[in-house]
Amino acid sequence: MTLKHTPSQTVGPYFSMCLAGSGRNCLVPAAHLERIRIVGSVYDSDRAPIDDVLVELWQANASGRYRHPMDTRATLPLTQGFSGFGRATVDPVSHEYAFDTVKPGPVPAPDGSLQAPHIGIIVQGRGMLRPLFTRLYFPEETSANDADFVLAHVPGARRGTLVAARVQGAGVPTYRFDVRLQGADETVFFEL
Amino acid sequence: MSRAADHPPYAFPAYRSTVKRSPSETPLVVPYTLSELTGPGPVFSALTPDDADLTTNAGTGHGAIGQRSIVVGRVLDENGAPVPDTLIEIWQADATGRYAHEREKDFPAPRDPNFVGRGACKTDAEGRYSFTTIKPGPYPWGNHPNAWRPAHIHFSLLGPSLGSRLVTQMYFPDDPLLALDPILHAVPEAARPRLVSRYDHAVTRENWALGYRFDIVLAGPYETPREEPGS
Repeated sequence: MTLKHTPSQTVGPYFSMCLAGSGRNCLVPAAHLERIRIVGSVYDSDRAPIDDVLVELWQANASGRYRHPMDTRATLPLTQGFSGFGRATVDPVSHEYAFDTVKPGPVPAPDGSLQAPHIGIIVQGRGMLRPLFTRLYFPEETSANDADFVLAHVPGARRGTLVAARVQGAGVPTYRFDVRLQGADETVFFEL
Repeated sequence: MSRAADHPPYAFPAYRSTVKRSPSETPLVVPYTLSELTGPGPVFSALTPDDADLTTNAGTGHGAIGQRSIVVGRVLDENGAPVPDTLIEIWQADATGRYAHEREKDFPAPRDPNFVGRGACKTDAEGRYSFTTIKPGPYPWGNHPNAWRPAHIHFSLLGPSLGSRLVTQMYFPDDPLLALDPILHAVPEAARPRLVSRYDHAVTRENWALGYRFDIVLAGPYETPREEPGS
């Protein structure tokens, strides 16, 4: 038996009354020694930052282990209190979202190689009928990114849209990951 | 398999806001890795039953005003197997069509002070969920002249895999506004009935509430493995 999927609909303009809050954009406490910050804006085709947008992330912990029954690599320890899921809304003044988390460790690819450290990102908003899935990679992982199983499927000229930029001068190590929904340097999205 | 038969396109000009917020490039299909086969559903701990009763969870001590309704269903994968441990979060307007949101202030209808319009629950081992709420009212929006959204409840599901992430809207049967709504009409016609709940008298509770059933089918990771592009 094959059932047909329930269709997607937009989150609409009022999702934050349900899907915001609870500090879900902070995956680790402020005192965590390996804390990093990820910030960014989501832009429409006019290059205008949009505020009524929801950004979610899913990632492995610093050891490269997902908190999920399908990740059975018991030799990699789970981190108590670290779920790997985050959710952020956009600040209407700064037009930015922000996460506090840790840099994930590498996780395996189907061909047996190790993927470069990456974070899965889901973007949804008013005026978006389906979620957009993308990936954040880290700029200092040059050789791992060059060998990455998923990036190898992305046309070379567009790979840069998936690599965050290190922000200099911030107290906590900070990366900027802007998402461009449409246009010349449109972010690469994946159909899952 | 493409999802075009089941889901709306990214751009649907009749829903005007999609025009500037939809990718021009076709999203890439790449083989799943552990990063897509896993997902956040299982990380959420259990919720209290209070979270699933929107008629009382405003905490004012007074019940919400409106047609009390029980919405039940099962979350299934495409093979028909139940999907347990899925976090379902819902939000909706009150009975007059007002949202408890600071940006919602244009519709001159009275708000229900005993209704916050959000709730949550997790599916059980059989994939079942249940909410008690009131039927939301239709409300106007600015998409086109005299535009009204049909009554609907927003559903957010966080399931066992990244690809199973679903946000959708549940509609009510016999609503004349369904025929006029560009957001519903962005969905291929054959798939639209899947978003309309059905009245279920077996769920209706005597002298208490009307019952509606809305089953949900999530994508992957139970899909057959996909081929490498170009192979």
